[in-house]
Amino acid sequence: MKVFVPGDSAAVSVGADRVAAALGAAHSSFEIVRNGSRGLLWLEPLVEIEVEGIRHAFGPVQPHDVPALALTGDYMSSDLYLGITDQLPWLARQERWTFERVGIVDPASPEDFLAHGGLSGLKKAMAAGATETIEQVCASGLRGRGGAGFPTGIKWKTVANAVATSHAGAPLGSTPHKYVVVNADEGDSGTFADRMLMEGDPFTLIEGMLIAGFAVGADFGYIYIRSEYPAAIHSMQRAIELSREQGWLGTSILGSDFAFDVDVRVGAGSYVCGEETAMLESLEGKRGMVRPKPPLPALEGLFGVPTVINNVISIGSVPAIMSRGAAAYAALGSGRSQGTSVFQLAGNIAQGGIVETGFGVSVRELVQGFGGGTRTGRPIRAVQIGGPLGAYLSEAELDVSADYESLIAADAMLGHGGIVVFDDTVDMATQAKFAMQFCAEESCGKCTPCRIGSTRGVEVIDLIVRGEDSAGNKELLEDLCEVMRDGSLCAMGGLTPLPVLSALNKFPEDFEPESQRRKESV
Amino acid sequence: MSEHGKKKRDQVATRRPEGEFDPEIRVLLADLSQEEGSLLRCLQRVQEHFGYVPDSSIGVIAELCNVSRAETFGVLTYYADLRTVPPAAILVRICGAEACQSVGSRELEVEWHNIQERSFTDASVETAEVFCLGNCALGPAAMINGELIGRVTPDVIAEHVTSLLAKS
Repeated sequence: MKVFVPGDSAAVSVGADRVAAALGAAHSSFEIVRNGSRGLLWLEPLVEIEVEGIRHAFGPVQPHDVPALALTGDYMSSDLYLGITDQLPWLARQERWTFERVGIVDPASPEDFLAHGGLSGLKKAMAAGATETIEQVCASGLRGRGGAGFPTGIKWKTVANAVATSHAGAPLGSTPHKYVVVNADEGDSGTFADRMLMEGDPFTLIEGMLIAGFAVGADFGYIYIRSEYPAAIHSMQRAIELSREQGWLGTSILGSDFAFDVDVRVGAGSYVCGEETAMLESLEGKRGMVRPKPPLPALEGLFGVPTVINNVISIGSVPAIMSRGAAAYAALGSGRSQGTSVFQLAGNIAQGGIVETGFGVSVRELVQGFGGGTRTGRPIRAVQIGGPLGAYLSEAELDVSADYESLIAADAMLGHGGIVVFDDTVDMATQAKFAMQFCAEESCGKCTPCRIGSTRGVEVIDLIVRGEDSAGNKELLEDLCEVMRDGSLCAMGGLTPLPVLSALNKFPEDFEPESQRRKESV
Repeated sequence: MSEHGKKKRDQVATRRPEGEFDPEIRVLLADLSQEEGSLLRCLQRVQEHFGYVPDSSIGVIAELCNVSRAETFGVLTYYADLRTVPPAAILVRICGAEACQSVGSRELEVEWHNIQERSFTDASVETAEVFCLGNCALGPAAMINGELIGRVTPDVIAEHVTSLLAKS
């Protein structure tokens, strides 16, 4: 009997390894599969038992629950029984494309990947040819899921039309290259979709890179994974080795003359390396400092050669788009935000996890409908969308549609789709100050407004809440934010004003000296 | 956080005899240092091997990678992961990013700090702040010697540290 116990690090962080060991020891007929997580993280460790081909969910399971669960045989009468996994309302209401196999397959098994439709996207792409593949990606409406929202197909077209060159500074006659770089430096607080895809369905990411490489004429790909994700690094390295054994990486892939290989590069604790040009510098072994654009990385990227840089979720969506059809994908979503978004519900939330659904669902539906409100049971006061550079929304604004354009219209941004909920105990002046502190800590130092302005921002917020010339210092803070926004090369300095000013403008009472709220928290 | 940066600069000041690890590092980096752009990976490999990058090794790493000492020092001091002093036996990393703040990571850090001052006074336990461990739905999160722990409390950290100390 197959028993699924997620090996996803979120599940492991609340005891999944101990549960797996206990289940394995409890019953000799149990065949334990360490799958990814289904995304219902508040129920982890969520164990599934397969009965006559149907998976039944139990959770959250702790090691001491195992004897009762394993020995009764009458599983469905267990207090922990949740129902047939696929029919759980949380999952049944989602549109899973990018995450279609996450939590379902064994991430260490190429056979399982194939049995669940793996490589069908690559096969279709190779049958259609490179040009048609790029047309399909354009037609799907897929845009960069890292946050910038740039159309993926256009980026690919630019690289496809660029001529492969040898590395900058290489001797004449050196081999020309184009590269595919996957941005897995998922540093935004409140985001974990990249990690879960890499841990739960790593072959899909490799398949997406193969399709990208085939489409643009690249011969090698790098996955830049942050060091804080040891399990994802391990999962990808294992998947790469298995893919080489399967002949999915290397020369003459699927019997063609297409050759492509992939390697993992590990970050070293720098948030700004998630910015694409800083990432290129880091991949070249240097300090992760932002490059000016132009030149575009698509034309002069890694080591100066044409480079596709895509987020994990962007690249990971391509196999499903090729396999299930660009038109069907484009039909989901709203307006110019087509397809699905992998939302991540995080922070002070009762039911946190992964919700993949078409763009256009309201933030309220996500945090109340799916998320069930706060974990503490107190009222929601603020929601931060898009990581540490994203705006804070007040409770009254939650009806905004979660798509690129609507959020921009609300002076916010979707970013990587992470949604962090705060209850009414939050002090927004502290949060604004943290945004500046974080910028000061993580700034690469290239642009003065970001490097110096962030430290000045911390000081000015301190003055405001201490009541020293509050009005004058608020004006100064707004000026400072304007300089940072307009005078920084990348989003680090350019978007730090977003959380700061949204907190200041929407929660002005928290910036009053001797605010009641602050007195309470002291 | 600014104290963290200052601490890092102070730590650089401890000097070891120049070149003491050179032969070992030459072997360690033999296959890697000639690859284009491998400086960061060389530093990471040295740290994996020694637990830190001895500052006495900057010269040989620079020579092997064919870059200047200044460039090597620049990369070494840029990245938060890289360190120039040996780590403590137990490294407690507590997430201090927004998702964990929303479920009490600030209070957790203070409480754990107090417990550490009271009960784990020797140098074998080191606490550091980290920004996001990717466990944002099950915060607050901590990582102790590479093991990720969700919905963590000060007592749970203390238990883990105690059991690791007993093993070491």
